[in-house]
Amino acid sequence: MTPPEKENAPAKKGKKAGSKAPRKGGKAPTSSSAKKRPAAAKKAPAKAKPRKAAAKKPAAKKAPAKKAAAKKPASPKPVPKDFVPRVVVFACNWCSYAGADTAGISRLQYSPHFRIIRVMCSGRVHPAFVLRAFELGADGVLVSGCHFGDCHYIFGNERAVEQFEKTKALLKILGLEEGRIRLEWISAAEGPKFARVINEFVEQIRALGPSTLVPRDRLLPEEAEEFADASALAK
Amino acid sequence: MATTPTLDESALREARAFLCLECGKCTSSCVVARYNRSYSPRRLISQALAGGRLPSAEELGICLTCMACDARCPSGVHFVELIRELRRATYGREFAGNCSHGGAMQSLMKLMTADELTQDRLAWIPDDLKIAAEGKVALFVGCAPYFDSFFTELEVNTLEGVKGAIKILNAAGVEPVVLADERCCGHDLLWGGDAEHFEKLARKNVEMFREKGVEKVLFQCPECYYTFKADYEAAVGPLPFEVQHISEFVAEHAPELAFEGGEEAETVTFQDPCRLARFGGVVEAPRQSLAAAGVELAEMGRSGTRAVCCAGNGWLNCDRFSKEIQVERLREARATGATTLVTSCPKCEIHFRCAMNDPNLGDEIKMEIRDLAATLAARLADDKSEKETEKKDK
Repeated sequence: MTPPEKENAPAKKGKKAGSKAPRKGGKAPTSSSAKKRPAAAKKAPAKAKPRKAAAKKPAAKKAPAKKAAAKKPASPKPVPKDFVPRVVVFACNWCSYAGADTAGISRLQYSPHFRIIRVMCSGRVHPAFVLRAFELGADGVLVSGCHFGDCHYIFGNERAVEQFEKTKALLKILGLEEGRIRLEWISAAEGPKFARVINEFVEQIRALGPSTLVPRDRLLPEEAEEFADASALAK
Repeated sequence: MATTPTLDESALREARAFLCLECGKCTSSCVVARYNRSYSPRRLISQALAGGRLPSAEELGICLTCMACDARCPSGVHFVELIRELRRATYGREFAGNCSHGGAMQSLMKLMTADELTQDRLAWIPDDLKIAAEGKVALFVGCAPYFDSFFTELEVNTLEGVKGAIKILNAAGVEPVVLADERCCGHDLLWGGDAEHFEKLARKNVEMFREKGVEKVLFQCPECYYTFKADYEAAVGPLPFEVQHISEFVAEHAPELAFEGGEEAETVTFQDPCRLARFGGVVEAPRQSLAAAGVELAEMGRSGTRAVCCAGNGWLNCDRFSKEIQVERLREARATGATTLVTSCPKCEIHFRCAMNDPNLGDEIKMEIRDLAATLAARLADDKSEKETEKKDK
């Protein structure tokens, strides 16, 4: 897990520095740091990690500034000031993951507060995956696959619907807000849609606040560090 | 994988492993060993005693913890206890468990340890069943609402058993307290080695019942029953209430309950859940209550404390051997001539239904499966008796 992240660290920093200026200027919920690269997509799973990491770092740093300016009134209950939404995205290999790449190639600016996990098919996203994400501290989970009729495996996304309905039923009993999960169909060509869906969903999660299912102290060490960074920036 | 020989002898001593005679009754009664030739409880014990080689993580995961071996052991060695202790001792390092269903159940249980939980778990209670917000008697529902939402493709209906239990209690003039935010009992986490989360769940459940001033908690699920009965005390101290399985309640209150409804008597066979019969020692009560309800029972050859496990305890390690065990058991059930298999454990129901889906076996092992409480409740006379017994207000 660590080696690829470390290798990528310098690149990340460079990117971040570059992306800072536009972020401060335009108040939009965007950042260029979650850029997708066409070459990365072809090199399969290992590449997903650095990408996740790239999305992670600026995520922590960005939130406070934005928070102070825009959010507040929309949320029904008090959302902690330093809340950084943690969204997990399960994207299918053939459409949605490539859609994320398209968003990156097009240099679209969109929210970096998500970790993307590539799965071969959205139908593979068993309720266990989503539950595990929540167990490990996700505030929201997005499942994304090919449009109906476009599925690489013909009917995989129909399975995805079945699995998603199951997940929804379980989370309903568990008392989790319905808005914390979402199912989307995004094709490889729909980069702008990917960016829009992520923005919408992250904002939705921001309004809902942190998941109550997991104590905030259950963070991985490196995440705890990021959070410390974020609150330091807030001050 | 190499194991931890550093673990002191306490686990072995506690399990009375030093009394082992190496007679091999454990292995010959082990339902897994019958199909999985590389697995032998006797060998695991003797290796631990002679060579200090404790069972590997894989071997720890294979045991169904059904306790068939312990029940047979002439020296009273608690093999199952040893397995549980070793799982706990090596949890998170070597033993992680090969969780079935992608670990969804374990995730749910861990999520239920959250402090701020507002579950929506009572939606299934129909209007004609009466539950109370406070009272002396409570019913612990268990994970049935989750099971029914999760195992949709198996068409399980484990809530039917809980509804049956409430109906029985209502018929006896009891309106049970049902907690809106009841947590999982933690049975599967405990047996999967995760003592930390188990303890959290136990603490929350006991605290909630304590707040309600409950004096007696009834259970429809045998796993919840046994866990409360035997393991909660070790985790959270003496319980402020007594526990009872619904079959014990029915056997006790049989005269008050007017069993005369339902269709004509059918013949059923009964699958003793391991947590009820072997662990909990409740063998006669289900039979007495079935008899009281006028249900004819055709016993399988291996019943009571000798019953065969449904081969899927703790949502761990579901493999091809589990399937073979289930098929064998269903064949045995079918051989009794009964049309319905009654069990009181939701897991037995789930696992047998799953095994019955085998397209290769077709109708060969198919049979009706129903929960014990639901079977009994179906035999209750309707409404009239309820009004009469209400006056007694136990």
